[in-house]
Amino acid sequence: MGSTVINIENAVVSYREDIALRGVSLRVKCEEFIGIIGPNGAGKTTLLTIVNGLGKLLSGGVWVLGHYLTPGNGHCLRKKVGYVPQVQNIDPRMPMNVREVAMIGRYGLLGLFRRPGRNDWKIVDEMLELVGMSRLARRPIGHLSGGEQQRVAIARCLAQEPELFLLDEPTASLDWKAQNDILELVKQIHDSRHLTTLFVTHDLSCLPVACGRVVLMKEGLIWGEGSPNELLTDANLSRLYDMPISVVQERRRDTILV
Amino acid sequence: MDFSILEYQFMQNAILSAFLGGIACSTIGVFVVLMHMPFIGVCMSHAAFAGALLGLWLGFNPLIGAFAFSLLSAAVIGPLADRGELSPETSVGVIFSLMLGLAFLFMGLMPGTKSGALELLWGSILTNTRSDIIFLGIVTVVVVGLVFVFYKEIQATIFHRDMALSVGIPATMILYGILFLTGATITASLRSIGGLLIFSLILNPAAAAYQLTYSMKRMFLLSAAFGIFSGWMGLLMSYLFNIPSGATIVVTSSVIFMIAAIFSPKRKVKGWQAKPLLEEQ
Repeated sequence: MGSTVINIENAVVSYREDIALRGVSLRVKCEEFIGIIGPNGAGKTTLLTIVNGLGKLLSGGVWVLGHYLTPGNGHCLRKKVGYVPQVQNIDPRMPMNVREVAMIGRYGLLGLFRRPGRNDWKIVDEMLELVGMSRLARRPIGHLSGGEQQRVAIARCLAQEPELFLLDEPTASLDWKAQNDILELVKQIHDSRHLTTLFVTHDLSCLPVACGRVVLMKEGLIWGEGSPNELLTDANLSRLYDMPISVVQERRRDTILV
Repeated sequence: MDFSILEYQFMQNAILSAFLGGIACSTIGVFVVLMHMPFIGVCMSHAAFAGALLGLWLGFNPLIGAFAFSLLSAAVIGPLADRGELSPETSVGVIFSLMLGLAFLFMGLMPGTKSGALELLWGSILTNTRSDIIFLGIVTVVVVGLVFVFYKEIQATIFHRDMALSVGIPATMILYGILFLTGATITASLRSIGGLLIFSLILNPAAAAYQLTYSMKRMFLLSAAFGIFSGWMGLLMSYLFNIPSGATIVVTSSVIFMIAAIFSPKRKVKGWQAKPLLEEQ
């Protein structure tokens, strides 16, 4: 564990009338793996958007990788931040293949007026190999299943050679096996590359085992943070998700994971 | 067939206009098809028509009016659709009907003969002047040049705008740049193809190319080829049967689209998956 790479102080974000974050403070150290969990609409995604400079702060301050974020300087920061969103709806006829999509990750790094060279393609191919997508590298991206597309999204992120790895519900709407595979992959990447990772999910069973610290969010506030074992008690979860303790216990017993 | 017609200046101008307009419109069409924004294009082309009529009525250059109006409509619809405040269908309904209404209002207010106005509605590629062609040529070179220079940024933005943003590509700027080029292309081709018809020359060649390839580069090239072919074939038909050229150009491009849709290999995805794509870099 090293120095602080993300420092959020009292961040407030609002979309029109709704306040998405109401004063959130969080410090993340280098190489940490943090799980951010909470019900839908808790502000988890918004928290990620202020880390990669896409969200607009109303007040408070955000420092990421030594940058103090202001509305203008997000571009250079985003090149260093890999972001994997939920499974996206991709047009099945989109005229791009898997390799070309993974290459998008390097476009920001390359900057304007420069074309990808042999080295860039080499890196992309290595990353596709790492996520197990080499054999589909020349398929049109729209022909892949949701789980395969998420693997490509992870390869795209890694091709970016990021210093921060943000995942926003990457396993939502995937089947069990695909969920498991993606979680395994994320864990493996964190273990081997020591990337500082923020993993957002509303589903506890999708919290990777690699997770060293969890942050509970509800209604735009951080509601608790600590080690998974201490924090993820039935009583806490029952209050977080507004469900009776008995229901929480039943649900946790029925899911094999966590 | 008698080809002595080709020696006339007006015919040479028309052939050159069809070539340039075909390239510019069909290149813009690739954006329109892949970014799923036909609604913006339809609004912009009708807005250009209304703006041109305003120019005719008040006595300033119709093309300036066309350019201003099409950019204005893009500036209104783009952000509305972007933020999801209005569904595209709703905004196209509102702006499209407003623009047609304005167009006919300006036409009604215009004193004297309406032939100039009708020319902008149907297009008249045969009366194109040198200066029309120079303007169209500049726009075409700019459009093609920018696509070439910013190809990777454009490709990423077309694929997924939020993803492009998240890797550090100025995707919002690219999007508005594309809208700006759309406005310029529509304005430059307005006199040749006409405000009512231009959108099909934008959409059809690209939609046809979209049926035929999984490579974006090839889609740009095919689309341009179909655009040029539509223009030339339309001109020939118009000459042979003595009918308005705008209409024959649009009909030709629609026929190309239909043929492409019928023979699209994308309809047989399973069979195609058996053999991998060729190397593409």
